[in-house]
Formats: sequence, structure tokens, C-alpha cells
Amino acid sequence: MTKPLNSEKLVVELEEKINELKEFSEKNNMDFSHEIYILSRKANAIKKQIYKNLSPWQIVNIARHQDRPTSLDYIELLIDDFMELHGDRYFGDDGAIVGGIGWFEGFPVTVIGHQKGRNTKENIKRNFGMPNPEGYRKALRLMKQAEKFNRPVITFIDTPGAYCGLGAEERGQGEAIALNLMEMSRLKTPIISIVIGEGGSGGALALGVGDRIGMLEYSIYSVISPEGLASILWKDAKKAEEGAKVMKLTAKDLLSLGVIDKVIKEPLGGAHKDKDLAAKNIKKYILQELKVLMELEKEELILKRYEKFRSIF
Amino acid sequence: MLKDFFTRKKYATIAVQGKPDIVKPIENKKVETVNKVNTSYDKIKDSRINPRKIIEDIIDEDTFIEFDVDLEASNPLDFPDYKSKIALAKDATKEKEAVISGEGDINGERAIICVMNPSFMMGSMGTVVGEKITRATEKAIEKRLPLIIFSASGGARMQEGILSLMQMAKTSAALARLNESGQLYISVLTDPTTGGVTASFAMLGDIILAEPGALIGFAGPRVIEQTIKQKLPEGFQRAEFLLEKGFIDKIVKREDMKDTLSKILRLHSKGGEVHD
Repeated sequence: MTKPLNSEKLVVELEEKINELKEFSEKNNMDFSHEIYILSRKANAIKKQIYKNLSPWQIVNIARHQDRPTSLDYIELLIDDFMELHGDRYFGDDGAIVGGIGWFEGFPVTVIGHQKGRNTKENIKRNFGMPNPEGYRKALRLMKQAEKFNRPVITFIDTPGAYCGLGAEERGQGEAIALNLMEMSRLKTPIISIVIGEGGSGGALALGVGDRIGMLEYSIYSVISPEGLASILWKDAKKAEEGAKVMKLTAKDLLSLGVIDKVIKEPLGGAHKDKDLAAKNIKKYILQELKVLMELEKEELILKRYEKFRSIF
Repeated sequence: MLKDFFTRKKYATIAVQGKPDIVKPIENKKVETVNKVNTSYDKIKDSRINPRKIIEDIIDEDTFIEFDVDLEASNPLDFPDYKSKIALAKDATKEKEAVISGEGDINGERAIICVMNPSFMMGSMGTVVGEKITRATEKAIEKRLPLIIFSASGGARMQEGILSLMQMAKTSAALARLNESGQLYISVLTDPTTGGVTASFAMLGDIILAEPGALIGFAGPRVIEQTIKQKLPEGFQRAEFLLEKGFIDKIVKREDMKDTLSKILRLHSKGGEVHD
């Protein structure tokens, strides 16, 4: 990975030095505890400093990090007895979107998320988390099912975007996304959406018309990728870093624009450094909001969801 | 994904400097790789809609009332060079944004109508376009009138970032309400209808019409070619292709559009009364 890890190099070096010093002091029976203490404090301070001042581009790189926990990771950590359900009943089963049913803190829930692969083999199966229309239709089927059985829906958003391929166009990528937006806006059951990595354009939004939208601290959400923006505006995809700076795609930006409701804290360095902690923070947010949403009458729920998106102007 | 449409707007803004009063949509002088082999599709590009002309052709004389005349684009993200781009587009088109909305009669049938403007920053949808379409939809619900939207768009406007993206959800949510209220929505797709507009209101019509040869898709042809690393077959993503694949109801020539729309409107206006 690029920048975030580059900037971590100093910390890594310091931590190595500390370990060397520890070994040396043990071997030679000398006391360096004071020096070790000072170095450790320094390493921690640097780490905090680095992650406090990440540039938008560094955040983009954390959001896309190969080791970043995926939907299935969070499902495993948050959902008891999860059962994955497959297929859109029209064409096929899309590996780029997973969905199913299970228990969240004693509530029966439907969970749907974009799914990226962890390695090349997985990514072929998952199409790098870029869904085809059947993925969105599967998601919609599961949402309608959740509505029927009065189950809240939790969605995890993590996609570079909807797939731009021949088959996707032939099978109506635009129609599939559009229908999800329309149907989600009036689904008679609570929807909580969490952006866990990349929120890439319409392909992300198609799982994102929720009553509450939370975003992990180092995730991104945007109308187009920074590379796409740079290649259109400056005819140079390599200016993506500059693109990331101007397009306001971080969780903090989106909170201040009123597009999301909550920035969910990540462990120092990103969710991949401690996925249990990241999952715990997500759980806390979902649980808190779910309790509020479950209290609402259906009509009020849908009215508030309408107003939430209606007011973005 | 909206790449090639946004790139087109660049020469669009240059081309209009000499002729500020746009009567005809701006032509594409550049030979585009995707359509190189097919000259008939190039002609389609030359005949992209001009919203004032569409309204003049479709709406009965002296019946059109325009909505939200004063709404104009701002720069919510403080995006570099966006203000000057809006200024150029305004100057070139003499319009304030990429959609005109209002109500009027079509052969005596009252309807709410929105017409997008492909010459205004490629008909891209930012907050104002989303707002005008949403307000028009809400007006259709309130007045119990049918809604007609002529789409022509490169998709969501990137200079307004995530706020543009959210207009997809906003307009679709408003259409969900229209749908529940039992009002008719006719979507008319013209060249080009792509990106975030295809993935929201354009594809949600009770009846979807398209002009012959119109390019209609989610991703732009060039983006798809880059993704799959091969040339697209001729006619791919054209109205005729979408008809064959089952995504639109009917292809209608511009000269027949008014009659077709009024036939559909009449059929729906009488429906309820017959059963009463």
C-alpha cells in the first residue's frame, strides 16, 4: 500500500528499535527501562499524530486496503447463526453482494453487503466487489422479504462501483439500481446502512437508502472515484490524489454536509489493525439506532426516511 | 463511468462561444471512436434535444407555466473552476440549469413536464436539477396530474460530489410517492441518457419511451470498453437494443412524440371514471 504505510515507516522503525533495546537489556542484564519508556511514548505520539492528520488520499488508501475487514468479516463478528441466502430468482447469484438472515443482539435481522475478495482467487468470485444487476435484484428481494417478516435491514457498503460490463448493461444495471432506490425509500421496516470501505457512486447508493447512515472513520463515499474525477477533469488519472482532496469524500466531510448521521470510530491505524474493536463500535451504533427506529410507527419511519433524503439540496 | 459525456462538455462550452443563442444543440465535430463506424449514430448526436424547442413542440400554445425559474446552481463544495463552468453554460444556453420544469397541456391533457438540457454541462444532475425534478414530482402528486420527464444527461454532476449522488435517491423517493398516489409517470429517454440519471428517475417510468438511436445506459461506452478491453458491438446501448432487451416500452420519433404522449395521457385520464 502507498502513503498510509509509508508514513507509518517511522513508527515501525521506532518499534523495532524498542524491541532491540529490550532484547539487548535482557541479554546483557542492563536496565534501559527509562529509555524504552521514552521511546514507546514517542512512537505512540507519532502514531496518533499520523492518524489525526491523514490526507483524504491517505484515507482513500486505508478504505481500499487489502486487509480491510469486509462485509462477511463484520457479519461473522456481529451476527449470530447467520444463514446466507442466494440468488435473484431471475438470472443468477452475484458474489459481489452477500445477503442473509441471522440474529443481531437478539433481534432477527436481514443483512446485505457488498463483498470484496481478500486475494485474487476470491476477487474473481466477488468481481472485486462490483455487482451486476442480479446482485442488486438479490438485495431487493431480501429487503422485500425482510419487510414481509418485519425484520430490520442492515446494509454494509463497500464497492468501487457497480460493474461496467456488457452483461451488466444488457441486463439493466441502471434499472436495477433505480428500482432499489425507489423501493428502499418506502420499505416498511428500519434500514441501517454502514459504509465500511469504499462507497463508490450509484453502485453503493443502491444499498444506501437507509434511515440511518453511519460511516467508518476511514471509509469514503463519493459520486465518482478520485481516479475517474481526475481523468475527466485533468485528463490524468494519476492526479487522483488531488481529486480526493477537492471532492469531499471522507466520513468527516459527509457528516458536515449532512449526508450521513455518524462517523464510527476506528482503531488507531484503521479497522484492519483490530477488526474486533471496529466491529464493536459498529455494533454499538447499530444497536443504539435500531432501538430508536423499532419504536417508530411504520408511517412515521417512512416519512422520516423521505424527509432525510428530500432535504439534501 | 460518466467519463465520456463529461469530456464532451468541454468542446461544448468552446463551440458555443461564437453563437451564444443556441437554437440547435451543439455538434460533436470530433470523430468518436465508439461510433466511428456508424454515421447514423453521429447524426443522432446532432439532433439532441433543445428543451425550449421540445416544450414548444409538445405543449399546447400559451398553456405552459414554468416552475422554479429562479433556481440556479451554486457551488456547495467550493469545487475549483465550477463557478466559471456554470457561468459558461449559462451564457451558452441562456438557461440557469440543466432542466426546465413546468406544467401545460398536451392536446388538451394537463401534465407536469420536465425537460433536461444536454447542452448545459452535459445535462448533468446536481442539487438544483434534483430539486427541480423532485418539486415537479411533488407538484404532480399534489395536483393529481401525470408527470412526463424528458431525460438527456451524462449522469450525476461530479462538481457537486456526494450531494449530486444523493439526488438519485431523492428523485427516486419522490417518484415512489407519485407511484403510490396512483399518478402516471412517462419517462422519455433521449440521446444520451446515462449514469446517475439512468440509475434513478429515467428508468422508473410506468411507461418508458425513447427516441430512435438514443444512447441509453448506466456506464458510458468508453468506460465499458476500457473495463472489458474490447470494442462494443454496433448498436450497443442504443434505444433499439434496449427495446430488444426489454427495458423500454416503445421507440417514438420526435415528430410523433406529442401524439403518442397525448394518447397515453388520454387513456389514463379516462380510466378511473369508466369504473365509477
